[in-house]
Amino acid sequence: LRFFEYESRQILQREGIPVADGGFATDAEGAKAIAAEIGGPVVIKSQVLTGGRMKAGGVKFADTPEEAEAHAREILALEINGHMPKGVLIGAKAEIKQEYYAGVIYDGVRKLPTFVFSDMGGIDIEEVAEQHPDHIGRGHFSTILPHMDFNAKDAIASIGITGSELNRLTPILSKLARLFAKYDMTLAEINPLAQLADGTFVAVDAHMDMENEGRPRQKRLLTELGVGDEETREAREPTQFEIDGEKVDSVDHRGVAGNVTEFDGNLGLVIGAGGGSLTLFDAVRRYGGRPANYCEIGGNPSVSKAKNLTKLVLSKPGVDKIAVMMSIVSNTRVDIVARGVIKACLELGYDPAEKIAVFRIPGAWEEEGFKILDKYGVEYFDRSVSMHEAAKRAVEKIGAAT
Amino acid sequence: MNALIDQDTTFIVQGITGREAVNLTRECLDYGSKIVGGVTPGRKGREVHGVPVFDSVAQLCKELGTVPDGSVVTVPPAFTKDAVFEAIEAGVKLIVIVTERIPRFDVAQMVELANLRGARIIGPNCLGIIRPGVAKMGGIGGPAKDAQKAYQPGSVGVMSRSGGMTTEISSTLTAAGLGVSIACSIGGDAIIGSTYAELMPMFEADEQTEAIVIYTEPGGRMEAELARYVTENDSKLPIVAFMAGRFMDEMPGMSFGHAGTIVEGKADTAAEKIKRLNDAGITVAEEIGEIPDLVKEKIAAKAEV
Repeated sequence: LRFFEYESRQILQREGIPVADGGFATDAEGAKAIAAEIGGPVVIKSQVLTGGRMKAGGVKFADTPEEAEAHAREILALEINGHMPKGVLIGAKAEIKQEYYAGVIYDGVRKLPTFVFSDMGGIDIEEVAEQHPDHIGRGHFSTILPHMDFNAKDAIASIGITGSELNRLTPILSKLARLFAKYDMTLAEINPLAQLADGTFVAVDAHMDMENEGRPRQKRLLTELGVGDEETREAREPTQFEIDGEKVDSVDHRGVAGNVTEFDGNLGLVIGAGGGSLTLFDAVRRYGGRPANYCEIGGNPSVSKAKNLTKLVLSKPGVDKIAVMMSIVSNTRVDIVARGVIKACLELGYDPAEKIAVFRIPGAWEEEGFKILDKYGVEYFDRSVSMHEAAKRAVEKIGAAT
Repeated sequence: MNALIDQDTTFIVQGITGREAVNLTRECLDYGSKIVGGVTPGRKGREVHGVPVFDSVAQLCKELGTVPDGSVVTVPPAFTKDAVFEAIEAGVKLIVIVTERIPRFDVAQMVELANLRGARIIGPNCLGIIRPGVAKMGGIGGPAKDAQKAYQPGSVGVMSRSGGMTTEISSTLTAAGLGVSIACSIGGDAIIGSTYAELMPMFEADEQTEAIVIYTEPGGRMEAELARYVTENDSKLPIVAFMAGRFMDEMPGMSFGHAGTIVEGKADTAAEKIKRLNDAGITVAEEIGEIPDLVKEKIAAKAEV
């Protein structure tokens, strides 16, 4: 769950980290009012969940409220990388002495959260890490000891920062770590963290990402920020097909038949489970097949859930056939999936033998499943045919991309 | 602990009265595993397939007069951290966490405490460990008769970020006559208790194991960690890897399959990982079906040296 910049600012504020003057507006008039209140040069920034907004013209500067209004109007109508802005952030264009970077992420190898701090802010931190490693301070902090400031201090001091800068920066980085832990973030960064002419520090731009697993216990924060349960905030907005897939999965709680992602091919995929789906999607493409979708079945879904997922895939424009494939199952029952996919074909008036290119799900209750498939003349494989061979056969039947 | 599990390993099931846990208990008992007790708060005095249920791990240890070697934790995500802390503080040294969708911070906390106490965590979001023909700890392989079909004792150690693919790959190795020494479903989350590199010494110490097969995915740095381990330690075990989810390289920022697959930087991509593995002498198979021959070649090449 990615937060908009204006939301990240609110999170910083509620945790006591100073942010640059400014406000969020959803229309040009609101932008003008905020600019008038700030009373000086301002920056108008598009609120979109995608990078490259500066390049795309989503960030502009204004000297008067009228100019801010005009810029806001343009930016609000500007689509960036397929995203329409949710609004604009009007910020004071303060005089900045130096830009810093403050971030907290996980280190998956050490399995601990880690600080990332730099005195080269305002640019891409990965670039700094590559070209100026001596300007990056790092340090892990404990997840079970009471939170203490010294870890943050060490990370900052490690790149040679001392004096009042060190003492002013330490609480900011430490508070950032606290909110990272408190709100189930996987990324919390302030970039740039600006030192103003008077020596104080303010966050000018911030970026935060909360993991989905944390959402159930972060309801209060999300409600206060106005983030709805239905907002996925993925890298790409869900399509109607994907939203429908989500509905299929949420109708009953037994098993999974969802995680649908739309692609533009002609071979519909009814595949599972997590790793199996990744393997099979690759396998179809390896033989020149064009998948119409990605999905996952697992955890023993009901017949109707398997059926509804299959119907959704079969009804997708451009889908000629489907391939029903999984890695060896021990929990999900082969016969239940077989029933579901055949029912889906029949209810849509298709011949299962014609529509189902291949069925390759070996494992629990396979004898019963294969019996049903035999009855309808569907081509199926047991575990002696590999996932890749099954995918290859499916592509042969539908015809590879030319 | 060198072998993870053997015929003498005793373990408990936390959350034993849940539907999935009842099945898992049945499967493990049928397979020959030694489940000495279970825990569900408020259910003391019950039995699950003959296994006595207690209110807490400490109570179980006191009444049975022993600390079990391991625990399989299968409680809802909101309660997992407490259950794992409870097991660790009672002195349990091997904890298999089946539960998925646990917040990452909680996982980091569990792993940090385990490290302090000298305990090992497998998972979360995993199916557990199996030593074919001997014992299994977790839902891995399913019912005993299904597990027997897919897992025959043999010479190859398997580690996989996908539970289902652990069985698919093991079944392929079994069908090819190689068999499996120990298979471990390590979990699909971004932070897991035991990574490939961390489990390598255990496989190296295992007399039965002659080669390793890993199943891997985009996201995270644990393949780079394995590559470094193999290079630095001159590991005696040849490794064959299978990389799924190559298509994800074209879709940065999206997660498929498992929570841990999200690509957060260039080093997380399938292409980059394949390169690193290759550089460390780890062969990356293009198809599952190629794995047995690649393993045989590697074992033969090792024998010639």
